[in-house]
Amino acid sequence: MGDFDFQVIIESLPFLFDGLLISFQLTFLALIAGLAWGTILAVMRIWGPAPLRWFSAVYVNIFRSIPLILVIFWFYFLVPLLIGRPVGNFTSALIAFSLFEAAYYAEIMRAGLNSVSRGQVYAGLAIGLSPRQNLQYVILPQAFRNMIPVLLTQAIILFQDTSLVYVVALSDFMTSASVVAKVEGRLAEMYLFAALVYFVICFSGSLLVKHLQKKKVA
Amino acid sequence: MIKIDNIDKWYDDFHVLKGCSLEVERGEVIVICGPSGSGKSTLIKCVNALEPVDSGRIVVEETDVTARGTKLPLVRARIGMVFQHFELFPHKTVIENLMMGQIKVLKRSREAAREKAESLLKRVGLADQAQKYPSALSGGQQQRVAIARALAMDPIAMCFDEPTSALDPEMISEVLDVMVELAKEGMTMMVVTHEMGFARRVARRVVFMDQGEVKEIADTDTFFRNPETDRAKEFLSKILAH
Amino acid sequence: MDYNWNWAVLFQEPYLGWLLSGLQWTLLVAIAAWVIAFVVGSAVGILRTVPNRLVRTLAAAYVELFRNIPLLVQLFVWYFVVPELLPEDLGLWVKRDMPNPEYVTAVVALGAYTAARVAEQVRSGIQTIGKDLVNAGLAIGLTPLQNYLYIRLPISYRIIVPPLTSEFLTIFKNSSLALTIGVLELTAQARQIENYTFQGFEAFTAATVLYLVITLLVVLLMRLIDQKTRIPGSVGAN
Ligand SMILES: Nc1ncnc2c1ncn2[C@@H]1O[C@H](COP(=O)(O)OP(=O)(O)OP(=O)(O)O)[C@@H](O)[C@H]1O
Ligand SMILES: [Mg+2]
Repeated sequence: MGDFDFQVIIESLPFLFDGLLISFQLTFLALIAGLAWGTILAVMRIWGPAPLRWFSAVYVNIFRSIPLILVIFWFYFLVPLLIGRPVGNFTSALIAFSLFEAAYYAEIMRAGLNSVSRGQVYAGLAIGLSPRQNLQYVILPQAFRNMIPVLLTQAIILFQDTSLVYVVALSDFMTSASVVAKVEGRLAEMYLFAALVYFVICFSGSLLVKHLQKKKVA
Repeated sequence: MIKIDNIDKWYDDFHVLKGCSLEVERGEVIVICGPSGSGKSTLIKCVNALEPVDSGRIVVEETDVTARGTKLPLVRARIGMVFQHFELFPHKTVIENLMMGQIKVLKRSREAAREKAESLLKRVGLADQAQKYPSALSGGQQQRVAIARALAMDPIAMCFDEPTSALDPEMISEVLDVMVELAKEGMTMMVVTHEMGFARRVARRVVFMDQGEVKEIADTDTFFRNPETDRAKEFLSKILAH
Repeated sequence: MDYNWNWAVLFQEPYLGWLLSGLQWTLLVAIAAWVIAFVVGSAVGILRTVPNRLVRTLAAAYVELFRNIPLLVQLFVWYFVVPELLPEDLGLWVKRDMPNPEYVTAVVALGAYTAARVAEQVRSGIQTIGKDLVNAGLAIGLTPLQNYLYIRLPISYRIIVPPLTSEFLTIFKNSSLALTIGVLELTAQARQIENYTFQGFEAFTAATVLYLVITLLVVLLMRLIDQKTRIPGSVGAN
């Protein structure tokens, strides 16, 4: 290992940076979509009529039981079939991640929604809000606030998970790093560098979460 | 027998105990009282070194508890400790709670430990509860088990930290009765409590603490009739008001 | 949608054999990794609660390191980088003579990664025990070590069975990453069947169902353990 080659890292930085942007894009879009769909699932689970409750429970439990890689394969195969023409890897991956993450966000949301006290629910109704308004103006805002640290932690996990698009060769940060690694024959350099980059990003994120949790307690 | 000599203790930059001194003689019962946060619990925990002190000495029957190199487990085993919230081991049955220390610390045989445990349970009136888990017992029963657990180690002294303040009123007396009994048998006891009836019945002296200082040490009668400090007067009037 | 259904493909050779062998590797990777995760994670979690500050910091560093790097990256580091860093003889042995290197690497990587998560559960279990209950153990004369062995750990492990269930489930799912270094576990085999037969729907359904069965069995097993070990009177006990 005496011949650790920094040059190869420096030269590939622009390429890696493009990969990192893809990772962030995927994280961000899947986060929004997953959160939205997850919230709907949670609301269905708590307040929905029996069939919706049931659907939500089955959906969440199935997605939480199978590996993300399998989900990626599923949609890589399924999406073109359903749409009837090939779509890019990115679209398939985004759909897979959104639907998969939604199951986890649904559980977080459910816990968050249940954390809003009954008194608050009654208070909203008592001032004459409709159940939908009550959800929108009273319950969801409080639930979100309680959940921000957990949601952020899940976002960090999602960011780490995006490395799995490696299995369908979507050129995210991880895939880019491994392309350079193989082409240049510099495996140690590239994988250690990838580890370092992920660590710095995720560790900073987790420090932020800790900070927010402290503030919440205070 | 217990000699607390000018101890100081800090939690970071908070001075919890300020030059506290106190001597307890063999067979004496001492009640410690004072407002919340005055350092009573901390003082009593220092006696068996559950909390270290920053300066000063505590000597229990020739053993310097505060000295480096003192075998703390052996010291602690000889001083019984009863906590406000009982602190029974929740994963062990009542009788196992009483046997654990005897077997692991005193190296008694299981049979000997069981025999001792059974006789102590009988003594605190809980012989029929031996096989239950602590959670199945009422607060008063749990506290009596906790006292029996401490006695199982054949302690030379007992420390109590507000043993009845977590109990429903109707259970307080069943615990106090056990403690009075102990006092009469000549056990050396340091009791943090606000049960002034108990203090009057068995304590020879009362210690009043305030803001980390031992403000007053007086004979029980004197303390109740004519406390020296204004803080103690004020405290007593609040306590005795209800 | 234009698709030729053929569920029978799942019961034909060699595909049935592929699925079963995939299932077997999934179980082998996950269970072996769990043993490592449980042992290492317990050690790290306990060390996070000891009085010595240096030890605590090192244990915390382990957790942060393994938690903040994606498992896939860790797996590649173990597979491609670590053998280069080992002392020469050992490195050579790992590269040339170690039996089943993909499997061993996957187990070690997954074990070390999951250990960080187990450690967090163990730590939080130990720390939920009130200070005075810890004092109660010391007060009857237990040494700090005995207090861990007879009071603090037995209580902690009973408390953390439910959160550990979720880690145990996760390890089965995460074992799928082993396919990236060539372990033909369940997900890999399903993909391979799709590639050979174009019956992706059937192949992935089969894998999904098998993962669901694993989940169900694990949940039942852990519930049994929970019932057997739960502290009487704790929340949820009957
Ligand atoms: N571990 C600790 N770290 C920092 N401060 C502490 C700690 N334990 C106790 N204190 C503080 O030390 C002071 C004395 O506490 P202590 O428990 O001895 O009081 P007390 O007289 O027993 O009061 P109470 O009647 O409420 O039990 C309190 O102000 C408390 O907040
Ligand atoms: Mg106190």
